[in-house]
Amino acid sequence: MAKLPKPEELSKIDFTPPPSDWMDTPVVFKEGMFCHGSKPKSLEIVGFPNPRDWRPADADWKLPENWKEIILEGIADRLQKYRSFRLFMDICVRCGACADKCHFFIGTGDPKNMPVLRAELIRSVYRKEFTTAGKILGKMAGARELNLDVLKEWWYYFYQCTECRRCSIFCPYGIDQAEITIIGRELLNLLGLNIEWIAGPASNCYMKGNHLGLEPHTIVGNLEYMLDDIETVTGKRIKPTFNRKGAEILFVTPSGDLFADPGTYTAMGYMMLFEELGLDYTWSTYASEGGNFGFFTTNELAKRLNSKIYAEAKRLGVKFVIGGECGHMWRVLNQYMDTWNGPADFLEVPKSPITGTVFENAKSTKMIHVVEFTADLIKNGKLKLDPRRNDHLKVTWHDSCNTARGMGLLDEPRYVLKSVVNNFYEMPEDTIREKTFCCGSGSGLNASEDTELRMKGGLPRANAVKFVKEHYGVNMLANICAIDRATLPPLMDYWVPGVKVTGLHELVANALVMKGEKERTTDLRGEPLPGIQAKEEKA
Amino acid sequence: MKALVSLIAVLLLVLIAYAGVAAANLRFLFGVIIPYAAFLMFVVGMIVRVLKWGSSPVPFRIPSTCGQQKSLPWIKHSKLENPSGALGVIGRMALEVLFFRSLFRNLKTQLNGGGNIAYGEAKWLWLAGMAFHWSFLIILFRHMRFFIEKIPAAVQLAEGLDSFLQIGAPLLYLTDVVLILAVTYLFIRRIGMPQVRYISLIADYFPLFLILGIAVSGVLMRYFYKTDIVSVKVLAMGLISFKPAVPAETIGVIFYIHLFLLSVLFAYFPMSKLVHMGGVFLSPTRNMANNNRMKRHVNPWNYPVHVHTYEEYENDFRDKMKNAGIPVEKE
Repeated sequence: MAKLPKPEELSKIDFTPPPSDWMDTPVVFKEGMFCHGSKPKSLEIVGFPNPRDWRPADADWKLPENWKEIILEGIADRLQKYRSFRLFMDICVRCGACADKCHFFIGTGDPKNMPVLRAELIRSVYRKEFTTAGKILGKMAGARELNLDVLKEWWYYFYQCTECRRCSIFCPYGIDQAEITIIGRELLNLLGLNIEWIAGPASNCYMKGNHLGLEPHTIVGNLEYMLDDIETVTGKRIKPTFNRKGAEILFVTPSGDLFADPGTYTAMGYMMLFEELGLDYTWSTYASEGGNFGFFTTNELAKRLNSKIYAEAKRLGVKFVIGGECGHMWRVLNQYMDTWNGPADFLEVPKSPITGTVFENAKSTKMIHVVEFTADLIKNGKLKLDPRRNDHLKVTWHDSCNTARGMGLLDEPRYVLKSVVNNFYEMPEDTIREKTFCCGSGSGLNASEDTELRMKGGLPRANAVKFVKEHYGVNMLANICAIDRATLPPLMDYWVPGVKVTGLHELVANALVMKGEKERTTDLRGEPLPGIQAKEEKA
Repeated sequence: MKALVSLIAVLLLVLIAYAGVAAANLRFLFGVIIPYAAFLMFVVGMIVRVLKWGSSPVPFRIPSTCGQQKSLPWIKHSKLENPSGALGVIGRMALEVLFFRSLFRNLKTQLNGGGNIAYGEAKWLWLAGMAFHWSFLIILFRHMRFFIEKIPAAVQLAEGLDSFLQIGAPLLYLTDVVLILAVTYLFIRRIGMPQVRYISLIADYFPLFLILGIAVSGVLMRYFYKTDIVSVKVLAMGLISFKPAVPAETIGVIFYIHLFLLSVLFAYFPMSKLVHMGGVFLSPTRNMANNNRMKRHVNPWNYPVHVHTYEEYENDFRDKMKNAGIPVEKE
């Protein structure tokens, strides 16, 4: 693996474009900036075409002989299926408003990471093959032939986009690079050109129900460890249920939270909250994944993976579904699920059994975000909270790309956060809410071999955290995304050492005063609560 | 280089019109046939383009949300930035189309010493875009005086307001100045900013020069090389009433240059990036409500897919499930 340069090195960014025209500047695969190619097994499991052993850095990609034909047919097909794609191929005026909005461009200075140019990579081929002007005028009209170099360039740069949509909110026509990347990746998948970090989890999810490939007994086992920890902290033994028919609510969260900290603390938070409420809910080992790495491959696989949530809700006979803290999971649940796998007419409009609030905003999908659920609980005074237990934390809030720009879940989490912590500081306004920056590792790019890319892409986010750390002494970065919880800790260690990362419900559970709990001396991480140490020393 | 090619192309067009009228005296061709052909190309071209866009469905409801969603009643919903219904979408689109809302959001990102990133206001592109599009629209509207026998009051009002500075004779139109300044700014920005220059195509410079050519020739005609304006109106009335006559000899060549460049713009429009004029209305990230969880969106090409069913899953893991105390369907 390539050695990761030091932060001082990486923060020297050259924004000078190369002297040669971008069409005449061939792509150079730089170690640390791309992921391993997909393994044949991962593609075979989900029935994807052209599975084979291949390495992105190799000259020979072992492509099928008619690869060009496959791609061009793929483009033609998608032009007919997606108005977004057809429109976005035609209407860009190259004003450049999107250019310096992309975290990968800011972090790398590579002009092909400007959303406009990343789109031109595919647009140029569209012009050549699908427009009269491009056919006749060629390069004069910004058109170029599809060849192996172009294909490699697509692969390199469509896996240097996290589909975060930040560019799309600045575009005067709403051109969404995420949409173009999604389709670009679909085309690449026609040739078996995926990355293993996406293909592996997607095939795991297909067979085992979750990205990490946790088998049913492992899920139970992992939660048991968490329950032990909860008992240590609170003195209470919680007994969650799995695959239980007749439960009122099915709870689905990203599997990352069942696997590694700090996500596990968030999962503990959910269980403590639900226990305190006496909520009639169940986990499912079959629908044990809220996230959807299929969404980073093809629309079809995304739908296939997503289908499990409704299927399981139906099988178990629950009334509605609550979804945990995750980013792209909620883009999918909010904008795709009902269209793919609905209508969920076997479910009921979500109604909080604790407050009686009917969630009209989810009356068709019948799936609510756990933060919406918790915000409603707090507003109705149903939780006894002691935010002082989080007083050792100075917290800032990271809006996840997908919940911000694919949903608009902005003020619910802030309301919850302000109810459970006393020290909350916003990052600069151009880096939060709809203008939030990606962690740099979304859309399946959170592998280890592309760490340099991730650190570069995460620079704008980290830089905003650095600002609040320096000004307010912030030491905790809170968020509602499992990928964030996995990727922000190394990003913070690299750029802003000393800032830790947490899910929202970990903070909720820290503050939550539970019936019959013992006096808490530590938070969920086993760290002494503020005031406790002093007390002990006095004693 | 690309800018130069575009400039030469526009100059060539000027030359064609000049030679065609001044040397070859093809007044009917340049005054009637080409404008008709161009207009036809514009109308048919735009219809075809929009129909093409329209023929592709919108399989998913994918608005880019730029504000707080509609959720709990006590949380303030951002109705325009994240609309939940038709009214909000209309409002959002109106802001977008009339005032370039998204462009107004523009920021400048700068890396300062010590690896710190700063974000600053960057409204010039928005301002120039607004100035350009609005002045173009007003100028087009003012030209209605040539196509209607009795000049409508609204046109006269526009003319009055546009020349309120009362400078020169004939009175100077503000929009003429603004248009030329705005186009010049857009051009300078395009060649001056390294990143924007890097992404620019010939197709980006050409319309700028073309529009500049139209504006400059119009200004020259109005303020300097005066032409027989009465005959121009006769020609325009003939065109609009489909009774075109051979244009009068008294109409100067500058008029034909102006008209020819405009004809080229019209003909070029539907096959160029200028189609954003129609496209912006169809953009699914802007013209849809963020109400997916309230109202199901139907994908016309949704098709059944192969899924890994619960039954298959249980078959794979039944023993492990039972050992872990997880209920199963089949013992």
